[in-house]
Amino acid sequence: MTPATAPLAADVSRYLARRARWSPLEIGFWIFAFATIWLFPGKYLILKDTAILALFALSLDLIVGYAGIISLGQAAFFGLAGYFSGLIAKYGIVDEPVIALILSGFAAAALGFVTSFLVLRGSDLTRLMVTLGVSLMLGEIANRYSDLTGGADGLQGVTIAPVLGRFRFDLYGHNGYVYCLIVLFVCFLLARRIVYSPFGLSLRAVKENALRASAIGIPVKWRLVAIYTVSAGFAGIAGALLTQTTAFCSLDVFSLERSADLLLVLIIGGTGYLYGGLIGAVIYKLLQDWIADLTPQYWQFWIGLVLVAIVLVGRERIGGGNAALRAFIVRLGGRLLGRRAVPAPDRQ
Amino acid sequence: MLTILFDGIAYGMLLFVLACGLSVTLGLMNFINLAHGSFAMAGGYCTVVLVNRMGVPFLLGLPIAFLVTALLGGLFERTLYVHVYARSHLDQVLFTIGLVFMSVAAVDYTMGSSQQFVQIPQALQGQFDVYGIGMGKYRLLIIAVCGVLTIALQLILAKTRFGSRLRAAVDDQRVARGLGINVGAVFAITFAFGSGLAGLGGALGAEILGLDPTFPLKYMIYFLIVVTVGGTSSITGPFLASILLGIGDVAGKYYVPTLGAFVIYAIMIVVLIWRPQGLFARSVAR
Repeated sequence: MTPATAPLAADVSRYLARRARWSPLEIGFWIFAFATIWLFPGKYLILKDTAILALFALSLDLIVGYAGIISLGQAAFFGLAGYFSGLIAKYGIVDEPVIALILSGFAAAALGFVTSFLVLRGSDLTRLMVTLGVSLMLGEIANRYSDLTGGADGLQGVTIAPVLGRFRFDLYGHNGYVYCLIVLFVCFLLARRIVYSPFGLSLRAVKENALRASAIGIPVKWRLVAIYTVSAGFAGIAGALLTQTTAFCSLDVFSLERSADLLLVLIIGGTGYLYGGLIGAVIYKLLQDWIADLTPQYWQFWIGLVLVAIVLVGRERIGGGNAALRAFIVRLGGRLLGRRAVPAPDRQ
Repeated sequence: MLTILFDGIAYGMLLFVLACGLSVTLGLMNFINLAHGSFAMAGGYCTVVLVNRMGVPFLLGLPIAFLVTALLGGLFERTLYVHVYARSHLDQVLFTIGLVFMSVAAVDYTMGSSQQFVQIPQALQGQFDVYGIGMGKYRLLIIAVCGVLTIALQLILAKTRFGSRLRAAVDDQRVARGLGINVGAVFAITFAFGSGLAGLGGALGAEILGLDPTFPLKYMIYFLIVVTVGGTSSITGPFLASILLGIGDVAGKYYVPTLGAFVIYAIMIVVLIWRPQGLFARSVAR
């Protein structure tokens, strides 16, 4: 490194370190998230679903928000790991849920790695079709081998051992929720580490302009393969969590509606800043709960209306409002702590 | 064997009429319209209401279904779709999926969730027996109608002034605009016409494909396969793709019923890996 570039490099690394620092808002978010364990004791089931959905949406955000790949087939990984964890628990191959969870994540990641080569070819439409096709194919396979998967009746007779040999999944869902929340938090930490690393920055470059990114020496294809694999792993962990906490898995884990709903969740929360999936999951679940109370059968209509309205109003406008709000709160928090405000990352 | 081929061709022709509007919208505006099946469903339900409840003759119901859906398509295009053309593909996907969800729930609400049947006239039921090949009369009608439509479409595209404008706009939108072609109007007319065709297909296909509120979701993937495999630069591509898909699907369901739709998805993925721009596409960098 020449002396002239050394200060620049120091500047860059200082900027990166500052960007990756935890803001008070983030810490507050997680404190509140864990406080819900004591705040809403009667709502564990919906809270647990929200945590799983949040993790699933986080996995999609990694490829949509950071790598710019539109996918309608994230359910493939969710479903594969769901069945995988159900089957290994049912036949007693791996009893410990935590190890089974990690194994399921790896199984989904393996599928992600293999299919990434198909997905990285062609235009947006081709990608949509291939991702959708893969998840529908897996659904057909699960339906075909019904003596193993239970077919349309779903995978039954799954018994999940207590977590770490001590915490049994109880009827009220308390332990299940705590388990999901901890897994979500650990996965979030991992995702945060990935996104703020130089690797994550290079992904952003690829998303902005793949040609220029390759011109400055970023191996575009392998970066995309890597993030697609990681994202598949996270989606798999979410699917395995669902199977473990409900002791059941059915064919609808592969359905198109699941992938489409997931996109909606992510869009409500906003893409490309990790919390989008989490916030989106909370809003979506509240919305779904509320609308389903009003019109149990036709809530899909209102979900569709929300989607159409979001697009017509403009995602950027909603996201922009978020960004301004976030910048304000970050500044406020910074002033309270007597520290210089962290500049919000540039958005285009 | 030949009966399967015959059924497959009828099925494929039907798919072509359903999907050709989609291929034009995709090729012209580079717009991903996942809600195309909703227009087909609208046509189907329109025929059900007309024929079963109001006693309109079936053959008169078909053109009415076409007109109603075309009007509906034109209306949606002018009021909603026109705002989304310039957006990213992600926005287009979200927008049209939202429309699909709304149409599914709305039809469920108004018509009920059970499967609907169109009463087809006595004269069209039963089948001919030509040299041992059973040919359903109704399927023969489908082949005739769709065949005439295909030839008409090809003639419109190749011979008329509107057709050459459309082709120019598909090939290079900017240059076409520079030559004074009103691309927006061309597109609106094409969109309405394509929706009308989808509606006609839905009306004709209610008997074969089945008609219930989940129709747009169930057949979305089939339409998209036709378009992605066939390519968007001509109508012969989607036509051949739909015939292949129709024969493949009918044969697959007959010979290996346990595999279900697996064969179709597998073929689609293989084709897309082999030729990402579609099987019959000219090599145009888009």
